[in-house]
Amino acid sequence: MFSNFDFDVIRRSLPYLFLDGMTFTLMLTALSAVGGLVFGTLLALMRLSGLKLLGRIAGLYVDLMRSLPLVLVIFWFYFLVPYIGQWLTGASRPIRVGAFASTLVTFIMFEAAYFSEIMRAGIQSISKGQPAAASALGLTYSQSMRYIVLPQAFRNMLPVLLTQTIVLFQDTSLVYVLSIPDFLGAASKVAQRDGRLVEMYLFAAAVYFVISCFASWGVRRLQARIAIVR
Amino acid sequence: MNYNWNWGIFWQPSPNGTGNYLDMLLSGLVLTIETALLAWIIALVIGTIVGVMRTLPSKAASAIGFCYVEFFRNIPLLVQLFLWFFVLPELLPRSAGLWLKQMPNAPFWTASIGVGLFMSVRVAEQLRAGIGSLPRGQKMAATALGLTTTQAYSYVLLPIAFRVILPPLTSEFLSTIKNTSVAITIGLIELTGQARAMQEFSFQVFEAFTAATVLYLLINIVVVIGMRLLERQVAIPGYISGK
Repeated sequence: MFSNFDFDVIRRSLPYLFLDGMTFTLMLTALSAVGGLVFGTLLALMRLSGLKLLGRIAGLYVDLMRSLPLVLVIFWFYFLVPYIGQWLTGASRPIRVGAFASTLVTFIMFEAAYFSEIMRAGIQSISKGQPAAASALGLTYSQSMRYIVLPQAFRNMLPVLLTQTIVLFQDTSLVYVLSIPDFLGAASKVAQRDGRLVEMYLFAAAVYFVISCFASWGVRRLQARIAIVR
Repeated sequence: MNYNWNWGIFWQPSPNGTGNYLDMLLSGLVLTIETALLAWIIALVIGTIVGVMRTLPSKAASAIGFCYVEFFRNIPLLVQLFLWFFVLPELLPRSAGLWLKQMPNAPFWTASIGVGLFMSVRVAEQLRAGIGSLPRGQKMAATALGLTTTQAYSYVLLPIAFRVILPPLTSEFLSTIKNTSVAITIGLIELTGQARAMQEFSFQVFEAFTAATVLYLLINIVVVIGMRLLERQVAIPGYISGK
């Protein structure tokens, strides 16, 4: 059944697939993970702040994002970001936003909801005595968060955060719906140009599989290494 | 914002000639629900089998379960759907491939089975964790009573494990519903697809997506309430959240 396969199409398109496609995918994954973590932590702090209104707003945002499919959110932001840009810069018409910037905003905003739930669990896993001791020592709220609570929460949750990042890596393939050449988009472009759907999609699946497998194996090892003996 | 809002758009006739834009969205909603239900049934059945396999004493069974889970978990859903939709018919013998390609409603069946298999892994992992959380004594007591492994699973372990994992299963069911929207890429015009189509026909982007958002929120609320009722219904008195 592999007799009429053309494996050469893969070799010929390797530079395009990896230099253009995979670079886009990995950049998007890394930047979204960092941005999502920052915003997610802020959302988690808002929810745990004890201020009713702030907590409500953060809770609503997280619940809203988590009940929508990512594809719909991608479409939402694709059309919304130009208007947000116009509002921010005070321009007279919706500004043009590149494919990368638009998807980056989308993924940061979407992942923030998921990261915030992880960070919330991480912050709640720190015993109450620690922030209490910190404030007894005279540390302010922001100092106790920055030096005591968040570093430990982050460390405890690192494996979960990384697993979520692997999910994010797989989810970035959904930018396909905007015809953006990420790794899958690039593979699909070559596939349709050369009429080699079978080879290209099998290859794409294999690449995603190997990277995700390798990454989750790394997370498992890390988890074993950094686990705090209690 | 100089965007031209027009909320009356939903009552204007849609270009596909089957009613107004609202009907279009609602038909998408129905398709989303149908696809999700079929996918969920597949996910539950296969997920249960694989989840049980991973807890069996047999090394071979748990190895097969492990490979199954790793395969479906490490490939993005979108790529999996492409494999089922574009690649599988080419790899099968000619006649079978042709039959697959000419099947009516191919996107619907592909999406249901594809999403179902993708979610079956999540169900399997939840169930494995659920069975693992039961005290070891349960299995031992079942064996001591003379139950075979099959009996122990079907009368003792699974009924309790499923009750334990009901809350995480709720969110997996919600994920199943959300994941059906990925099938837009293989031509399934479900809720997100209809919202996108409405946006293309009418240029009323934000009205279309707002309506889709509201409908997704409604589905979520209905599912969450339904599962809460189910949880209360099946709770065992004196055991896990039972009264």
